[in-house]
Amino acid sequence: MFDERSPIYQQIADKIKEDVLTGVLREDEQVMSTNQYAAFYRINPATAAKGFHQLLDEGILYKRRGIGMFVSPDARTRLREQRRERFFDEVVEPVVAQAKVLDIPLSEVIAHIERLGGRP
Amino acid sequence: MNIEIRNLTVRYGRTTAIDDLTLNLPAGKIYGLLGRNAAGKTTLLSVIAAFRRPSAGQVLIDGADPYENPGIVERICFVGQRLIGQDDDSVKTVLGLARALRPEWDQSYADRLLDLFEVPRRKAVSSLSQGKHSALGIVLGLASRAPLTILDESYLGLDAPSRYAFYEELLAGYVANPHTVILSTHLIEEVGSLFEEVVIIDHGRLVLHEETDVLRARGASVTGPAEAVDRFVDGLTVLAEQRLGPTKSATVYGRLGPERDLAARALDLELGPVGLQDLFIHLTRDGIARVDQPMEGTRS
Repeated sequence: MFDERSPIYQQIADKIKEDVLTGVLREDEQVMSTNQYAAFYRINPATAAKGFHQLLDEGILYKRRGIGMFVSPDARTRLREQRRERFFDEVVEPVVAQAKVLDIPLSEVIAHIERLGGRP
Repeated sequence: MNIEIRNLTVRYGRTTAIDDLTLNLPAGKIYGLLGRNAAGKTTLLSVIAAFRRPSAGQVLIDGADPYENPGIVERICFVGQRLIGQDDDSVKTVLGLARALRPEWDQSYADRLLDLFEVPRRKAVSSLSQGKHSALGIVLGLASRAPLTILDESYLGLDAPSRYAFYEELLAGYVANPHTVILSTHLIEEVGSLFEEVVIIDHGRLVLHEETDVLRARGASVTGPAEAVDRFVDGLTVLAEQRLGPTKSATVYGRLGPERDLAARALDLELGPVGLQDLFIHLTRDGIARVDQPMEGTRS
């Protein structure tokens, strides 16, 4: 379920973010409790709670006392902004680096991207 | 229950099984106790469970010495390779004993678990297969509902579906009623995610005590041109090194902040994570664990 190679709380937080970004979790929708997460993924509840706390700190989730945690109204917008900032570093940069190694002219890469972008 | 271990030493004749070990385990967490064979795990757990007296030093459970202290001992359930009762006792008899000994014994839960693991009630304990024997130990451990539950390698001979059923039951019981649990195991990849904190001992000494997720984040592998790797790992604890032609890979242990990430990128090095099991192997390989001081980051 989890790769054993990075903190599990981080993976929990990333998973929930991904769900918010793709719309699986909608804004103001309640998320499963830490105990439900713990049982579902067979992890320590404290670990799940740590992932949730990170999302609370980042404002992705908010808490309703006695009820549980919900997706913040602007969570999706904020996550999109964050991802956009990282997009060029994490997605575009490796493409350019790889193109250089393979001696593919950037003009060809750009032309290809534009062709893909022009598709419906 | 809160566990405080101060300068604990346990000797068997000339052999020192536990060597001046100090460790604090606050109540209400699930701990993983890891160590190679003969590292001293069972000895340490038996002292915590008041089965054995220290040669020197002290173990305090909720602030009191548990040895010959019935009020504390009835609240500690230790499940080792030898179960309570005589070998020719039937499973049913052993369960009756546990019921008499354990103030919080949950009979209907015990019945459900016996069915789940398909443990025959009428058979003698000595005639059980190793898997069923382990399953009976798990039933005794979980149904005791003890504030301190210690399970010492209680999975031997269990097949994977039964082990996962065990992990699920353990978690469910813990979520419903948070208590202190210590599990000793060699199946690190499989159960690592259950532990809030991990304790590693070797040669009777504490190697490390850390939050599991912190530990996961603390190991890293660094791969790249040998010279650049050497420059990068300067000042870090190197657990292992490997070479493949001009390429070198080093496993390091320590806090690698964002500035290290940048440094690695600048040197064209590849930083990769290291799993718990790999960290354990490196930390307890001969020569490395014979450290006089516990590893950096170990909780006091």
